[in-house]
Amino acid sequence: MKPAPFAYYRPATLEDAAARLADGADEGAMILAGGQSLVPMMALRVAYPSELIDLNTVPGLDTPRVEGNTLVIPALVRHATFHTPDPAFGPTGDLMASVVRHIAHHPIRQRGTFCGSLAHADPSSEWALTATTLGAELELLSVRGTRRIPIADWIDGAMSTTREPDEILTAAHLPLIPPGSLSGFYEVSRRAGDFALGMALVVLGMDGDRIGEASIGLGGIEEIPRRIPEAEAALQGQPATPESFATAAQAAMDAVDPMSDATTPASYRRDLAGTVIRRALAQAATRLPAPV
Amino acid sequence: MTDATLPNARRSAWIGQSVTRLEDRPLVAGLGRFVADMDRPRQLHARIVRSPHATGRITDIDCAEADAMPGVTVWTAERLGEVPRIPFRATKISGLEPYVQPVLAVERVRYVGEPVAIVFAEDPYVAEDAAETIFVDVEDDNPPILDARAAPGTFLPGISTEPVVVEKGYGDVEAAFAAAAHVVELDLATGRHSGIPMEPRGALAEWDAGRGHLDLWGATKRPHWNRDRLAEMFGLSPTCIDLHEPHVGGGFGIRGELYPEDVLVCMGAMRLRRPVKWVEDRREHMMAANHSREQQHLIRAAVDADGHILAIDETLHHDQGAYVRTHGARVADMSIGLLLGPYRVPAYAARAHFRLTAKTPAATYRAPGRFEGSFVRERLMDAIAQRLAMDPLELRRRNFIGTSEMPYQRGLTALESEVVLDSGDYDGLLTKAQDFCGWNDMQAEAAARRAAGEAVGIGLGFFVEKSGLGPSELVRVTIATDGEIEIVTGAASLGQGMETAIAQIAADTLGADYTACRVIHGQTDRITHGWGAHASRVTVMTGEATRRAATELHDRARDMAAELLDALPTDVILDGGRATNTATGDHVTLGQIAAALDPVSPRRGDRQPGLSAEAWFHNTHMNYPYGAHIAMVAVDTETGRTTVERYAISYDVGRAVNPAMIEGQILGGLAQGLGGALLEEFRYDQDGQPLSVTFADYLMPSSAEMPEVAIQILEDAPSPLNPLGLKGSGEAGVTAAGAAIAAAIDDALQRPGLVTRLPVTPQYLHARLAQFDAGGDA
Ligand SMILES: Cc1cc2nc3c(=O)[nH]c(=O)nc-3n(C[C@H](O)[C@H](O)[C@H](O)COP(=O)(O)OP(=O)(O)OC[C@H]3O[C@@H](n4cnc5c(N)ncnc54)[C@H](O)[C@@H]3O)c2cc1C
Repeated sequence: MKPAPFAYYRPATLEDAAARLADGADEGAMILAGGQSLVPMMALRVAYPSELIDLNTVPGLDTPRVEGNTLVIPALVRHATFHTPDPAFGPTGDLMASVVRHIAHHPIRQRGTFCGSLAHADPSSEWALTATTLGAELELLSVRGTRRIPIADWIDGAMSTTREPDEILTAAHLPLIPPGSLSGFYEVSRRAGDFALGMALVVLGMDGDRIGEASIGLGGIEEIPRRIPEAEAALQGQPATPESFATAAQAAMDAVDPMSDATTPASYRRDLAGTVIRRALAQAATRLPAPV
Repeated sequence: MTDATLPNARRSAWIGQSVTRLEDRPLVAGLGRFVADMDRPRQLHARIVRSPHATGRITDIDCAEADAMPGVTVWTAERLGEVPRIPFRATKISGLEPYVQPVLAVERVRYVGEPVAIVFAEDPYVAEDAAETIFVDVEDDNPPILDARAAPGTFLPGISTEPVVVEKGYGDVEAAFAAAAHVVELDLATGRHSGIPMEPRGALAEWDAGRGHLDLWGATKRPHWNRDRLAEMFGLSPTCIDLHEPHVGGGFGIRGELYPEDVLVCMGAMRLRRPVKWVEDRREHMMAANHSREQQHLIRAAVDADGHILAIDETLHHDQGAYVRTHGARVADMSIGLLLGPYRVPAYAARAHFRLTAKTPAATYRAPGRFEGSFVRERLMDAIAQRLAMDPLELRRRNFIGTSEMPYQRGLTALESEVVLDSGDYDGLLTKAQDFCGWNDMQAEAAARRAAGEAVGIGLGFFVEKSGLGPSELVRVTIATDGEIEIVTGAASLGQGMETAIAQIAADTLGADYTACRVIHGQTDRITHGWGAHASRVTVMTGEATRRAATELHDRARDMAAELLDALPTDVILDGGRATNTATGDHVTLGQIAAALDPVSPRRGDRQPGLSAEAWFHNTHMNYPYGAHIAMVAVDTETGRTTVERYAISYDVGRAVNPAMIEGQILGGLAQGLGGALLEEFRYDQDGQPLSVTFADYLMPSSAEMPEVAIQILEDAPSPLNPLGLKGSGEAGVTAAGAAIAAAIDDALQRPGLVTRLPVTPQYLHARLAQFDAGGDA
């Protein structure tokens, strides 16, 4: 478990990092953020970067901020930042505080980054699910300039993104959950801190006592976390009741194409998809005002 | 300690006290010296190249690139030449010789992870870089055998992959089944898992060409046996090899055996004339160090109308992995030899198919054969109770061997010794265990929660352990002129607290402070013989040898003290590190007594010089502690996840030298037991590729998964086989965990007989529930 030889570079600015990455990307230069995925992969010799370009020395990237209706999360914001989020983040902060407890363990959360999770694109990344369900946009920088793309165009497979080799993910822009919406998150993993076997994140816009717009995100079940339009449609205009939740869950179970491996068959994940959606919805419903 | 007045209150009554551990200070202060912390001048670093193939004939090992790297040396089996294979500890079971492992694969590879080459380099990074360039090509001739119940294949021409079928039994089983009111049959399995010490293995060897002497650091568990085998393999005198045990970060039975890597490191040191260091990494540990536990059991019981067992018939398939290692067929042998636990079984027939497969070789892991066997036996008891509509505890009571039947001759052997249950009150312990955990309240609570829609249940596993395995142990105790006491033993320490327990026994016997004792273990240069640390034997074997040596010293010290104090020896009491004349209150310290016994001391007279004594303890029979595990679990019926909410263990240890340490042993063991019951499994795909080689895939319980645990230590049945009544406690926390958890899950889901294999993963339980409800068998 000793990594293969690599060079190490500490850029002073993002532009410096981008220039260095442009030079080295062809040989295999890689960005180092929290190192909580990349470094173990190097130790196991499944990743062989020719050079690590360590973003940790670039100032000004470690604090999230609200801009209008968006939460901007720059490249060095650690998972742990969301343990006690800024009250200005509103319900989005509360939701992220409940999500973050499911990511790995305390020490890992002190180093691992939000953007690193999106760049790593594990099918069970909580932040990839959060970004997907809330409809985030990602900001990318290279020597060729900057671009912004929606999260739906970002992850294109398990551990795979559409990032060009010379691009740095500089920030994620997360739309804030509108006031009056309900949200819920439910995850099932083998042990505390393990990657999810399955998880759901839901946001329900309420139209009186009926559900208006629903966002139902599912992670860990398919290779790519995604919203399930069939489940969302099933809730539109319905009351928030166990019955409507069960219908939505069933719609999701019918719609998904679960991963299958030697440990976890697709049938298990399909049932789990329904379970986590139902439970995330039930959790959201606990935030409904009590009936008079 | 207050300075109590003699002779009424003895200050040195250490046995039975939960004193703090002597071994902890260096460990918590960062002063531990593990093998990876050790270095020798001019050392080389070794890296093992391991087979990426589960099976096949080796066609080529391409070392060209590594050979060209500066300072790198590569050996394959061919380059190494003829080297003896790793031997095993012989038993009466014959025919295992063809199956032992070469230090580097010869002609064939047989599992993923098998050593095929070794690289030596100046630096561990370079060694790993070089190792990565070496490619092993094989020709796949036969598909890998991955199931011990599959038809045996060919190991070598004319030699099958079933080295032996171990058979045991007594009585007329056929007649019992013919006469039985009920026959209950189960098909059960335990998954492949093992001890995963926090510190992986390591070895550092140095050859002194001038003296013709080899030193090996990193030994543990069996230093003397390993020394003797290395001497044989290298054609050296045992006096020319020394093994040294440094601090050890856990062993659990799998660490400290003689492995290919140990031999290779020594050969590197001898042939390259430079010290060689090898430190295993986690990934290779998961496919190189011994696995354990994978067994399939077809068990049948003949029972009369009142629930008395008439006979048990058992067929075991033991998945040994690719080679026979140092334990030979012991785990299979012990599994059927100790299967019957606390119950009276008038007739018994068992056969253990000991079979090789294309997986990492297996051997003993904490409670070998008993974790598996307790799961099987207790599942059977629950199934019988269910069939007869009887309370499962009542059924057990009806079949318990009674106190009046002790010592009880089983008519079976295990670990080469006759199984004679030395002492025990099983019925009494069950009653105490029920009271201790609040059995009735727990049942009521579970029932109420089930009525409210939760899946909550309680399960019990009763077990008999074995401990104090002989044959012998030697101890030398020496009191220095400053009063410090050195105890040298050939036993070993894997962190279990033996230094403290042995110090307590020595100090108690000598009337000294236990912190004045220094226990030296695992050093072949300090003592001629030793049997190491395994089989819950150290407190019993080294403990009794220590008591004997200390008793002799006590008497010699008192004799000298009597003269120094001008007293009658019978008036002198040793306590608090000094000898006191009870008539006058005058005293001398142990150090002063040792000084008076100096060879040139004028006070010595014709007494034996020095204050040092050796004693042996020989023991042909093991002793048999016993206990009960009681678990309360909640099952998430949708996801199949099981949460262990509460756990209680009652255990009779005969005589508790240090209750807090015993609790620690039981608690740590339980974590491993729960791992085997719910989480841990070495899985393989259909090509024999291991799927569990990191901690992301091989799941061990963390503190978050541990329940509240209550531990009751009992001393109702001291062993008659040693004067202190000692029995061991190293394995009790593991033994019945699978049994109790399986029963609790059945109860939570109100589906008797649901759980038929361990570990009960969410995926297994999810599928099993659907199958059970559809009326299918396991
Ligand atoms: C034991 C353990 C358990 C874990 N459990 C979970 C879990 O339950 N859920 C979960 O989501 N994660 C889990 N993780 C992973 C953890 O969250 C990582 O922190 C995260 O996946 C990657 O973030 P990082 O900042 O550490 O990225 P790094 O490890 O530094 O990098 C990961 C990859 O992303 C690339 N990268 C990183 N940042 C950028 C950037 N700004 N621009 C371009 N490329 C970039 C790197 O080049 C690399 O390829 C676990 C990790 C461990 C060790």
